[in-house]
Amino acid sequence: MGLIQWATDPWGLSVPIHIGWFLIWVAAIAGLAFLIVHATYLRYFAKPRQFAAEQPASIPDEIPARVARHSIAARAFHWIMAAAMLALLFTAFLPRAGFEFDWVTYHWIAGLVLTASVLFHVVHASFWLDFRSIWPDRIDMKDAWHRTLAFFGRRAPLPRRFAKYPLENQLYHGVIMIVGVAVIVTGIFMMFRIRTTLFTRNPYLFSDLTWGMIYVLNGLAGVGLIALIMVHIYFGLRPEKLPITRSMIFGWMSREFYLHEHDPARWVVTGTHVPRTPFQE
Amino acid sequence: MVVDLSGVDELRGIRVSDEGVEIGAMTTLTEVEQHPVIREKYGVLAEAASMVASPQIRNQGTIGGNVSQDTRCWYYRAGWPCYRAGGNICYADTPEGRNREHAILGASRCVAVNPCDTAPALIVLDAKFVIRSRKGERVIDAEDYFIGPDVDITRLHVLQPGELLTTIRVPPTWAGARFYFEKIRDRNVWDFPLLNVASVMFLSNARIDRMRIAVNAAAARPLRLKSVEVAVRGMPADAATGALAGKLAVEGAVPLQFNAYKIPLMRNLVKRAIGGVEEGRWA
Repeated sequence: MGLIQWATDPWGLSVPIHIGWFLIWVAAIAGLAFLIVHATYLRYFAKPRQFAAEQPASIPDEIPARVARHSIAARAFHWIMAAAMLALLFTAFLPRAGFEFDWVTYHWIAGLVLTASVLFHVVHASFWLDFRSIWPDRIDMKDAWHRTLAFFGRRAPLPRRFAKYPLENQLYHGVIMIVGVAVIVTGIFMMFRIRTTLFTRNPYLFSDLTWGMIYVLNGLAGVGLIALIMVHIYFGLRPEKLPITRSMIFGWMSREFYLHEHDPARWVVTGTHVPRTPFQE
Repeated sequence: MVVDLSGVDELRGIRVSDEGVEIGAMTTLTEVEQHPVIREKYGVLAEAASMVASPQIRNQGTIGGNVSQDTRCWYYRAGWPCYRAGGNICYADTPEGRNREHAILGASRCVAVNPCDTAPALIVLDAKFVIRSRKGERVIDAEDYFIGPDVDITRLHVLQPGELLTTIRVPPTWAGARFYFEKIRDRNVWDFPLLNVASVMFLSNARIDRMRIAVNAAAARPLRLKSVEVAVRGMPADAATGALAGKLAVEGAVPLQFNAYKIPLMRNLVKRAIGGVEEGRWA
């Protein structure tokens, strides 16, 4: 039961062909274990979160009641990407779990939707959004270090409030970006091995060894997504994170939540008008 | 581990009743071929069984084994790590692949075909396959017993580990119907089909009242040609209708490097299965 399945190709070379499929269950169990440990820790052991300083008394007047957080384009991207990711996971792994159906076509179509949505996101985020806000800055790293020291019982200064995205969001974005790019790039190459209307089949595009590595990388990224998406959904449903989740649906968060979690100096908010929609409370 | 089932008498023999015939999965193909009721009422099955392999093999081979056999693709049989063997490539579907016997329809990564002769006959007769396991019994249509690579690339049928095909039930629905069976192969005995076709039909005033038709060795699973069945309903069972049906049957066919001949072959087999042909046999 190796991490990678190997086979002997017609030329006698030992080549990788797939990941060991038991990794599907390893990823699912690891994701579940994380949820249990994290939920238990927060419930019984974690101390109330503290930040370095209170907000200046003058700030609330400048902040609208509804703080715009995600544009309609950003929200559409997020949910389309989420649907594509889930479709990719279900079509890839349900057949392995014994649910048999014609999955290949749905799988590559979902892959193309994911690719298109990510390309849109890259352009949108580069030119229309605050590109740097999703990347950790020095303050984030310093505060993370302080929080780590505090976690282990060492004395450390209290961390500051977050900028637009907490460090956990930023790190998750980084990991999902790497894994997502891995499944997209390997998936596009793998489309040369199946019949689609988009590519001319060319099973000899790479050597058997390279093809094997592409399949293995696609598989590893895929099982990684199982755990990552489990964790993402878990955080999205946690009570203290619900305002963030709601902002991904309605586009805004309340002034109170904003002032409690975020630093107006690091995430500057002006009096943006957030129109009501039928979906809003 | 191999389990010898030859001592289980319930798996053998042909039982006739008002509900048709019930064939034990371990009934030999010779018994199926020579059974008087099957010859009289379900001739398409007797004909198909008589075309399997050689007399010696038919004396030993069973109908359950025949419908559950694996593909003959030589890349797969030779043990190469192809899709069907759990790998990530189809060696037959490459520019240099030897694919004269492979699929023109229904390919999904793997282009191997189902080599069974009795499958299309059982499908047109609307047979039911009885499958048993420790969990109990399930009965499925013959048509649904076979699966393609789009559903599971490593198997040709639905049997799961621990399941056993015990019985094939042929209902009286098509008893006495006019039938046609033809198998094309490289030699006249002891060979697998390049293509085969089976049809049953009832006529009313020389027009097709209802019919079923299926082909095998065109895809990884036997194909029931439902569009053909619908299209020819009410039409005369002649060469013109057969020609129309033949064209319809091959719609969507994708030939590989060396098997384009299968498209006109299938077109003509379907034509003959409906319109008849001097060389072919009506019963």
